[in-house]
Amino acid sequence: MDRDLALVDIWVYLSASPLLHLTLTVGAYLLGDWLFQRSGRRAVFNPVLLAVIVLVLFLVATDTDYPTYFAGAQFVHFMLGPATVALAVPLYRNLPLIRRLWAPILAAILTGALVSATSTVWVAQLLGASRQTLLSLAPKSVTAPVAMGITEKVGGLASLSAALVVLTGVLGAVIGTWVLALVRVRDDRARGIALGLSSHGIGTARAFQISDTAGAFSALAMGLMALISAFALPFVLRWVFGG
Amino acid sequence: MPLKFVALLLLCQLIGEAFTVWTGLPVPGPVVGMVILFIGLVLRGGVGEGLGRVVDGLLSHLSLLFVPAGVGVMLHVAMLREEWLAISVALVLSTVATLVATGLVMTALTGWVERRDRGR
Repeated sequence: MDRDLALVDIWVYLSASPLLHLTLTVGAYLLGDWLFQRSGRRAVFNPVLLAVIVLVLFLVATDTDYPTYFAGAQFVHFMLGPATVALAVPLYRNLPLIRRLWAPILAAILTGALVSATSTVWVAQLLGASRQTLLSLAPKSVTAPVAMGITEKVGGLASLSAALVVLTGVLGAVIGTWVLALVRVRDDRARGIALGLSSHGIGTARAFQISDTAGAFSALAMGLMALISAFALPFVLRWVFGG
Repeated sequence: MPLKFVALLLLCQLIGEAFTVWTGLPVPGPVVGMVILFIGLVLRGGVGEGLGRVVDGLLSHLSLLFVPAGVGVMLHVAMLREEWLAISVALVLSTVATLVATGLVMTALTGWVERRDRGR
């Protein structure tokens, strides 16, 4: 009995300290990453997806609300800003790829950015999604840190965007090569650009499994997509939805 | 981890955030910071070993950083229960459309550029 009481005391103390949820966040991610590696790096076993599922189940089971969780997890969340700035480095490194093919690459990325945002918003609107959902869906193909920044700027739900971005990434990585083969896109550069544009980092990881060329083009597409979307999408969304 | 490169990333973000507040542009501050760093790299003509190592370390676990926000999806369970169909159909159709459009434009134009270059 006394021992049970002590356990409750420890839980009460730990659950009020940010350390518990910070540790759990990193731990859940490591678990997710371990499963991902064990699966042979299959996109469906995405570490973020697994970590989020484990953490949500844990929080529901322990009756912990999100603000309490976030008090600990915010230290990880904070690093998103500097990490977004750091994306300049891979973009710079992949820039030499552009040289001879700058026109096809830019055209493909502008087309993709336009198709991605308009088709999601259009389909979801037809099926009766709310305004907030539409705003959170629009940057679904943009790498998560930037997509969340865009959603915040236009009054959508950043956390919903984060989840939708990861789902889009997993989806694109799983069906990407198959869809591209269906329309006879077989060039590794084109496959890389399409994967990186539609499925950001998760698509890029998949592209590196095809070849280094596909991976490099995918990383380039992801960076340019993030840049173009960050500077264009908030204006377009404000214009379409008001705000 | 050499601290001055961490400071450099934070400084770029800070200037980016200040810039967006000052101009009122609806652009995420960290992305403006990314552009500032990018321009710096172009002017300097290289990344440098120290910065490269710090950035690679930070980005190797980039996906960990969006776990806390992802967990926030639990706040929207009621809304998701109502709109899951619209969201899933939109995600699937749009992802297919985006892959196809991007892949086809890139293939067609790459072919065109390479035929033109060979013709020269």
